[in-house]
Amino acid sequence: MTSADALSRGIESAEWKLPSRRKAALLALILTETALFSIFVAAYVFYLGKSLTGPYPKDVLELPIIATICLLSSSLTIVFAERAFEQEKYSAFKLWWFITIVLGLIFIASTAREWYRLITKQGLTISTNLFGTTFYSLVGLHASHVIVGLTLLVLVLSLSLRGYVKQRHAEHLKMVSWYWHFVDAVWVVVLTVVYIIGR
Amino acid sequence: MAVQEVALARAPEMHPSIITRLHELVVTVDHKKLGLMYIAAALFFFTVAGSMAALMRLQLVVPNNDFISPQVFNRLFTMHGTAMVFLVGMPILAGLANYLVPLMIGARDMALPRLNAFGFWMFFFGGLLLYFSYLAGAGLSGMGSAPDVGWFAYSPLTARAFSPGMSTDYWILAILLGGIGSIVTAINLIATIFCMRCKGMTLMRMPMFVWLMLIVAGMILLAMPPLSAAQIMLLLDRFLGAMFFDTQAGGSAVLWQHFFWIFGHPEVYILIMPAFAVASEIIPVFSRKPIFGYPFMVAAAIMIGFISFGVWAHHMFTVGMSSIGNTFFAVTTMLVGVPTGIKIFNWLGTMYGGKIRFELPMLFCIGFLFQFLIAGLTGIMLAAAPFDWQLSDSTFVVAHFHFVLIGGLLYTIFAAIYYWYPKAIGRMLNKKLGLWHFWLFTIGFHLTFDTMHIPGFLGMPRRIYTYDAGRGWEVFNMISTIGVALQAAAVLCLVINLLWSARKGEKAGDDPWDAWTLEWATTSPPPAYNFEVLPKVRSRRPLWDIKHPEDPDWRYE
Amino acid sequence: MADNLNIHQIAVVPEQVTNIFKPLATPSESIYQISLLTLAICGVIFLIVGGLLVYTIIRFRTRSNDEQSEPPQIYGSNQIELAWTVFPILIVFVLILVTARTISDVQNATHPPDSLKVTVVGHQWWWEIRYPDLGIVTANELHVPVSDPAKPRRTVLKLQSADVAHSYWVPQLSGKVDLIPNRDNYMWFDPKQTGLYLGNCAEYCGTQHAHMLIRVIVHQQEEFDRWVLEQQKPAVDNREVTAGRKVFLSTSCVNCHTISGTIAGGKFGPDLTHLMSRDTLGAGAIKNTPNLLRAWVHDPQKLKEGCLMPDMQLSQQELDLIVAYLSTLK
Ligand code: HEA
Ligand code: HEA
Ligand code: HEC
Ligand code: CUA
Ligand SMILES: [Cu+2]
Repeated sequence: MTSADALSRGIESAEWKLPSRRKAALLALILTETALFSIFVAAYVFYLGKSLTGPYPKDVLELPIIATICLLSSSLTIVFAERAFEQEKYSAFKLWWFITIVLGLIFIASTAREWYRLITKQGLTISTNLFGTTFYSLVGLHASHVIVGLTLLVLVLSLSLRGYVKQRHAEHLKMVSWYWHFVDAVWVVVLTVVYIIGR
Repeated sequence: MAVQEVALARAPEMHPSIITRLHELVVTVDHKKLGLMYIAAALFFFTVAGSMAALMRLQLVVPNNDFISPQVFNRLFTMHGTAMVFLVGMPILAGLANYLVPLMIGARDMALPRLNAFGFWMFFFGGLLLYFSYLAGAGLSGMGSAPDVGWFAYSPLTARAFSPGMSTDYWILAILLGGIGSIVTAINLIATIFCMRCKGMTLMRMPMFVWLMLIVAGMILLAMPPLSAAQIMLLLDRFLGAMFFDTQAGGSAVLWQHFFWIFGHPEVYILIMPAFAVASEIIPVFSRKPIFGYPFMVAAAIMIGFISFGVWAHHMFTVGMSSIGNTFFAVTTMLVGVPTGIKIFNWLGTMYGGKIRFELPMLFCIGFLFQFLIAGLTGIMLAAAPFDWQLSDSTFVVAHFHFVLIGGLLYTIFAAIYYWYPKAIGRMLNKKLGLWHFWLFTIGFHLTFDTMHIPGFLGMPRRIYTYDAGRGWEVFNMISTIGVALQAAAVLCLVINLLWSARKGEKAGDDPWDAWTLEWATTSPPPAYNFEVLPKVRSRRPLWDIKHPEDPDWRYE
Repeated sequence: MADNLNIHQIAVVPEQVTNIFKPLATPSESIYQISLLTLAICGVIFLIVGGLLVYTIIRFRTRSNDEQSEPPQIYGSNQIELAWTVFPILIVFVLILVTARTISDVQNATHPPDSLKVTVVGHQWWWEIRYPDLGIVTANELHVPVSDPAKPRRTVLKLQSADVAHSYWVPQLSGKVDLIPNRDNYMWFDPKQTGLYLGNCAEYCGTQHAHMLIRVIVHQQEEFDRWVLEQQKPAVDNREVTAGRKVFLSTSCVNCHTISGTIAGGKFGPDLTHLMSRDTLGAGAIKNTPNLLRAWVHDPQKLKEGCLMPDMQLSQQELDLIVAYLSTLK
């Protein structure tokens, strides 16, 4: 007999509640991602106005208003989706979830359009000047996170269309939604730094 | 008991074929196996990187030696430093944490076992990739070469123009992979510690080891991404023509230094915290007293964690920062000495009034206390920025950090091996051989690194593959190299001991050291599920409570 | 080179000293002061804490007679914790005040207008040295005037880099300061004695980081002025070595090296205009003797493996002619 057996006896068990490990892990992931973005933001800010040659931000950047509206409102729609899921209104859930995906896609499409315009029309690439270098890497890092988020969203949608998503997956959905909120929040920072202060 | 029944039921397949066993290692998600795999891999990389150090010391044994060419020497110290930090220090940390944290908090596994296995393989392939550069670093054509940019890879030496070929890319990718592995491990540790504690194990009842691992995990989350980010930028520079660190295009060379040390300084505390963790478990047990000032120990560790993010530029006192910048970083750096001092004093307080048993783990911990004290004080000398203007990048710095990394970290790793080997393998390590290991290593270590401080005072820079006679450096370098022979013999003693004792060692029993934390409550080695019935605890020393029902800890907490 | 400039004759400091505890200029002296203080404080801390540790180990070791019983279980004490938090803070406070003062003394010093201004540019693996006000360009060996207590004279270095990061470190004169591309750093000193001061590049800068040595030669003011005059002259044009000159000017040497008054205008390697006024070649890698000079031009890779001057594949005859020519460049 080991001491563990002795330890398992004798103590009256009071209430013992521990946080969910999924939540803990996701929060940790978000924390570490925040650190990652901070460095890219720091590099962007550090190199503001240091480009030796053009094009400069004020010449070529346009405020991505529609994209921003789409992305920010997608944070709202995903909350609606979650709420619908909690109330077991599955078709509403799927609809809101689908709208979220569409909004995310619009955002990505508008980034793609912006990049296309910058590269072909304005001649700004990652190797043009410091602005290009920092711009594409920061915005690109964010866009890649949007794409990861979209992939997750699509995965959930296709699973739920086949009826695999049940109430016991509520927490999984919540995690996807938290991640999506995080991606949104990062966009607010990127928007401020790149398109508002940086211009 | 049921445990033995399970063991009996398994008996027929006790000797599976080597293929089966290898397969088991590859697919395993068991935290104990992964922990041991981490430690084994780290020890392997330690002998490799240590042998590389021995080669360097051979080259430096006399002035104007031409045993090794400059190119090879530069690769040696780069690979030695990189491997020791990323392939020895970090995986040892992950290994110890993996093996011990679930046992200590009374859990059956880590929170995310599959992610855990993923982390291990990221690290392991990262390590192989780093060494693969010796074969492939030059790309497809010609002879291969390993990275030769130093372990902190200052730009613009890493730019395509100054570092052609692929060797620097191998360095970047290998460390990037290892970094992902570390982050994954950290996430897992946090989830485990917050969400898997057994009944009654409140945060303030966790063993110090678990607390420190929690803090380390938090630090990894914040410190690793800056390195990864900087490395991604460097990759973009090297492959897509980005200009982050391209000084010709207005980029800044100093930016890399900032990013690297924003990672690099917390990193060195990430490396030393596990040492604190081990010492905080072993010293009380072999002094027969609970840790002195537990809440202060926790608070001090958290303080160290916080302050360590605000000191990075003490590695950059010579880059020409403003006097305000230099002063600021000198201040924060010296402040770290305060909580670190609190830790040292509390260990002393633990020993004071105890009954100290000089078993091997304790011997190594005492060595750690002495050496870390010296190392910390040389750190304070470096923190006095003007003094650092003389000492920076001299062999004095090399002596400082080997004192912390070997005298501090490595000694506690050795202590941990002697302490927990009986738990993991079920047999004791041989004490005689262990004493040989301890004394040979201690003498060798001091020969090598005590002497190394002095050439630094005499103007000897680090990372030089050779030097002229006549500046007073010869004697010290000679003694330094002789010390390595003793260290190598000592490491050999350890390796032999590890292998021999696994078969022939004395049986350990559940609790050979008369210790107090939960890992000693289960069998040695623990069953796959750790605890048949999950334990419940009421104090920091659950086993003490059982052994001393007349005077249990929970009365005082 | 004029005989009285031979550094072996003017050397007062023993040639090989690079000890940071034998400072010979104001910045290195300030640093020396704070080093002593720091060493003393750390030494005392070490003695106290180390002593306590030894005492504890000896006093509280297990004796053979009382193996069984457990010692009294003490969990901690708030007063003691407070004490050993406050004392270190006080020590740190003292250290910080001294540190801040020394930093400011050395870094924020204002320089008299008559200071000698020199620009040092780090290259892989040699030093380019320019005196912008005097119109001199040379390499590796820095000549400066001594700073008499009666007549103080400062030298202010502007530190730049042409490629990667280097660090300028002459322990007896000053702490090190890095040379970083795209950035101007500064260092100053006022050598108290004439003679030769040695140093090294102290930031890893690639293959031959080990052979990027520094020589600072400190002269009496008059000697220094004479040196300046010598250096300001264009390259010697000796009739006897016209053949060698021709060969030199027709090989690709001119792409990397400058010799004033000729078409050789390369900037990649050291200026050779007054090559023979230097004591060493290859940034201190070898002595500047006729034999070694020949060996260097023949194949620098043998003497400084990996350096950025290629093996020029000269024939014996070309080699003789070029070396004969270079030997006249006093
Ligand atoms: C495990 C790793 C580890 C640890 C724990 C430390 C701990 C410390 N280090 Fe060290 N350090 C390294 C690893 C580590 N270091 C490495 C690897 C490098 C070189 C990297 C490279 O260039 O390659 C380096 C380099 C380095 C430098 C830069 C040198 C240079 O390159 O110019 C400096 C400068 O300030 C420094 C300072 C310190 C200080 C002040 C501490 C403090 O934390 C020490 C605190 C401890 C004590 C002070 C002792 C105990 C305290 C008391 C007994 C209380 C009383 C004391 C006082 C009040 C002072 N270190
Ligand atoms: C954890 C970290 C760690 C550890 C443990 C060590 C251990 C050692 N280090 Fe290391 N070192 C670093 C981290 C570490 N080092 C870092 C970060 C650098 C900076 C790199 C840079 O500048 O970029 C550095 C640089 C460095 C230098 C400076 C190079 C220079 O600047 O010129 C030197 C020189 O002496 C050195 C020596 C040693 C020695 C002799 C050991 C010894 O303790 C090693 C002892 C081990 C052995 C001797 C191996 C024994 C092997 C066997 C017995 C074989 C058995 C084989 C089988 C069983 C198969 N190290
Ligand atoms: C590709 C460029 C290049 C070419 C071509 C070249 N050199 Fe050099 N040379 C260098 C560099 C770089 C150094 C500095 C090497 C060092 O110290 O690391 C140097 C150093 C020297 C030195 C030593 C100078 C000193 O003060 O240390 C001499 C002499 C010299 N070169 C002569 C020549 C001659 C003669 C030729 C032609 C036959 C030549 N070089 C061609 C690049 C070149
Ligand atoms: Cu230049 Cu090192
Ligand atoms: Cu540091």
